[in-house]
Amino acid sequence: MYSRRNHRQSFNFLNFRFTKGLSPLLVGDSNILIEAIGLSKYYGRAVGIENVSFSIVKGEIVGLLGPNGAGKTTVMRLLTGFLAPSEGTARIVGHDTAEASLEARRRVGYLPESVPLYADMTVRQYLNYMGTLHGLAGAPLRSQVEETIETVQVSQFIDTLINKLSKGYRQRVGIAQAILHRPPVLILDEPTAGIDPAQVIQTRQIIRSLGTDHTVLLSTHILSEVSMVCDRVIIMNDGHVVADGDPSELAKGLAGTSRIQTQIRGPHEEIARALASVPGVRQVSREANQAEAVVNSYSIEVEQGKDVSEDIAKMVVGNGWALLRMQPDLLPLERVFMHLTEEETLADS
Amino acid sequence: MPIRKTLAIARKETQSYFVSPIAYVVALVFVSLTGYFFVDAMSSDIFPEASVNSYTGRSIFILALVGPLLTMKLLAEEQKLGTIELLLTSPVRDWEVILGKFLASLTIFGSALALTLVYVVFLFAFGNPDLGPIVTAYVGLFLFGAGALAVGLFTSALTSNQIVAAILSYGVLTLLTIIHLAADQVDGAMATFLNELSMVSQFEDFTRGILNLRSVIYYISMIVVFLFLAVRALEFRRWK
Repeated sequence: MYSRRNHRQSFNFLNFRFTKGLSPLLVGDSNILIEAIGLSKYYGRAVGIENVSFSIVKGEIVGLLGPNGAGKTTVMRLLTGFLAPSEGTARIVGHDTAEASLEARRRVGYLPESVPLYADMTVRQYLNYMGTLHGLAGAPLRSQVEETIETVQVSQFIDTLINKLSKGYRQRVGIAQAILHRPPVLILDEPTAGIDPAQVIQTRQIIRSLGTDHTVLLSTHILSEVSMVCDRVIIMNDGHVVADGDPSELAKGLAGTSRIQTQIRGPHEEIARALASVPGVRQVSREANQAEAVVNSYSIEVEQGKDVSEDIAKMVVGNGWALLRMQPDLLPLERVFMHLTEEETLADS
Repeated sequence: MPIRKTLAIARKETQSYFVSPIAYVVALVFVSLTGYFFVDAMSSDIFPEASVNSYTGRSIFILALVGPLLTMKLLAEEQKLGTIELLLTSPVRDWEVILGKFLASLTIFGSALALTLVYVVFLFAFGNPDLGPIVTAYVGLFLFGAGALAVGLFTSALTSNQIVAAILSYGVLTLLTIIHLAADQVDGAMATFLNELSMVSQFEDFTRGILNLRSVIYYISMIVVFLFLAVRALEFRRWK
């Protein structure tokens, strides 16, 4: 919880979008399934979140990343209609979560952070109950329960009391109730928190597979999870969005320059001179202890926004040398995260 | 279909009562105490009366305790466990949630009340009771109990602590059952108002075999008002 203060601009030099090759600005509105427009939530005089805006298009898996208390859960509660915004609008498939709450809620599957379940029910009873609340009945309810338990792999526990299940299986039952009614939008609050590593991997696989049929917004503070599962990341700190984009693009953006690692077979000095002359290349450094090597490894610093890989490839081939490897060397997401959240904190102080 | 969701919530909550000991304990205490009042009156050497007045008059004070006990967990526990988050983010209207939970508590209370009909069977087996006052007394008890449940459901919506919910509703119900005593301290319209507001005053006609429409409307209004307040309490959660 933070003290309330005047609205300020989000840290936005990285504020761009990457949506599977399409800018959402060019996509029709019907493709935007989750929309937050100037969302704020105040708890008395304290700020929960302030002026949060983003939109998520059909088929995206987006990670909401931030330290504890950044406002991730508040954003999710506003999007699911559990809380009403103090200011701004949240829309699910075009339905305002405050004014057309029922319509919006019909289209969302939600897994809250604590995975609240009724411990005195069996998995089947629980899913039947939740399915009924979502308007399912009769044969469709039965078949969707069966399909869902197959998807999340809890068939063997279908008639087990929920309080007998391990944390990992409870998590799956939580995901099951979220997808049971086949919603176009899934909102998952820390879906892998508190479960063992093997179940974390399985849960990530389930989420990844759900991404083919659903638009997913998931929150996490596990940075590697974002890289593994998400197409895009929205970083929050102190109740504000501080960055929004593709994880690797964010890392490049932070650097100001990007770096390419390459291996070329040929005469070292000539190669180094030729690499340095490629437009956009700032600096070329050769890996140490390679004085006599025929295969040379270089780390090439490139100006931000320049794509020099094609020029380098042409230059190497044109000189008759062999290009053995070339890959971008990105800053890890951890550094992006630390940089953004620390920068915010310093600005506040 | 709204009624289907309401019934699903009612069914789930009714089943949940039987998982915990609370339904059994409440039914046992209610039936035991009313049984004690009944046997006590029937064993009187002076003038045993073939009526249910021996326990209905005193039962309403038990109901002021049974109401809070049966309803305290209905919303307070959902808030404490966090399950309210899934309930209120599913496409269910707040009034459907409240009505479903109220129906569940009414089912349990109605079942406990039905168990006391065994005393009526004894009356018919060994005496010649007047059926009219028995019917009106049971209608009165049912309405009184339903009113107590509505108050309990409202206070359960206010807090995540079941004990706090129970104490709050017990306080409200105690006030509503003894408020007619304050009528003695004032005159005129205020005295009439306080008397009319009392759950006990409104119950008296039922024990006399009179089905007073005004009293029926009083209890139904009380139920509607407190259920409405419970709905508003749920709505308020979203905005606070």
